Amino acid sequence: MEGLNFIGAGLVVIGAGIGIGQIGGKAMEAIARQPEATGKIQTAMLIAAALIEGIGFAALFAV
Amino acid sequence: MHRKITVKALTLVFFLFSIAIFANDDRKTIDEKTLHTEKTKEQREKEVEEYIPHHLLDSHDFSLFSYTSDEGEHIYVGFPLPVILWDDGLTIFMSSKFHHGETVAKSGENYYKLDHGKIYKTDAAGTIIFDEAHHATNTKPLDFSITKNVFTVMMVGLLMFFMFSRMARAYKKNESMPKGMGRLLEPIVIYIRDDIARPNIGEKHYKRYMSYLLTVFFFIWIINLFGLTPLGINVTNNIAITFCLAILTYLLTTFTAKKDYWKHIFWMPGVPTPMKFILMPIELLGTFIKPFSLMIRLYANITAGHIVLMSILGMIFIAQNWLGGSLSFLLAMVLGILELLVAALQAYIFTMLSALYFGSAVEEHDHH
Repeated sequence: MEGLNFIGAGLVVIGAGIGIGQIGGKAMEAIARQPEATGKIQTAMLIAAALIEGIGFAALFAV
Repeated sequence: MHRKITVKALTLVFFLFSIAIFANDDRKTIDEKTLHTEKTKEQREKEVEEYIPHHLLDSHDFSLFSYTSDEGEHIYVGFPLPVILWDDGLTIFMSSKFHHGETVAKSGENYYKLDHGKIYKTDAAGTIIFDEAHHATNTKPLDFSITKNVFTVMMVGLLMFFMFSRMARAYKKNESMPKGMGRLLEPIVIYIRDDIARPNIGEKHYKRYMSYLLTVFFFIWIINLFGLTPLGINVTNNIAITFCLAILTYLLTTFTAKKDYWKHIFWMPGVPTPMKFILMPIELLGTFIKPFSLMIRLYANITAGHIVLMSILGMIFIAQNWLGGSLSFLLAMVLGILELLVAALQAYIFTMLSALYFGSAVEEHDHH
């Protein structure tokens, strides 16, 4: 099956996109609820987003 | 207020029109040229496609740009870098001898030729024999050359050394307020200390790791910023560089780890004994995956950014009309601003995660 790996990589990237979107959305909700904790929330958000991003890139480079 | 906005809007409109007019002028001349010398769209697409990986690779000379003159001659602007080879003895010569891969370099009794950024040993005619998979079968001497990446790393190292040693001397004199560069960098240094090192490593141990965290942050940041200048430098998308940075974090984590760190890897307290045997290999694998993900993240982010930026700029040469040109310029500018953010963000994340790993290594648990 030629080209199936590209579909797989696309699926992984969609998944990673949904994941990072969820993180960003939840972080915004959290900041809106507790603006004084903005710094901590942002740090945690960036770390989690970076970890997911790593998986997305791994998929891209595996193609 | 209204008048100001109107003036601004008018200026913008005139500006845009003038671009369109000038672009139209250009187009006429290009159309005339197209009849005689210009390449077809497919050829241009192929050329751009070939150029992007070429830009991403390391090279043996520091070339700023190159073009083909009207006589069909390739002209390169830049300066050569030293080539250091180990081939039954040390061989040193300047990379200008290669003439960008067009000629064979003779050093002593050996002949060398450059092919796709790699140096091969050849005969006097410079023949390179390829196998079926189009891999060269010539012997490759060990290459310790000062390539473009090595040169840039050295330059950034020197720059950082002079910058920070001067700042350190200024602080030793106990001035109340920093001057010059210190004013720009002091908040960043304090941010790394108070918001990255202290909360993640802990009050007791953070001082031991500060020098590494600061060095790695400023190194990655400065070198990423250099990658966005038109010099064509591209260091952090060389996986060897990010590998070295990640291995430094790994070695520091491993060799400064306290007893509790190893205990949590090999004999996790508080779980049933059969689980301990399952957790042991997973935890052990985790210690390697952590620096591996550091390496891939930095490498992939910068490479992806450069590929996208180059592709968008390549659209100018493929479309060759005023719409494609201005659109790709706008997109490239917006993406360039985003890349500025990514340059700092990747440095921050690398430092942050390194601090997190150091923190887990020195953490002391008290079990009840």
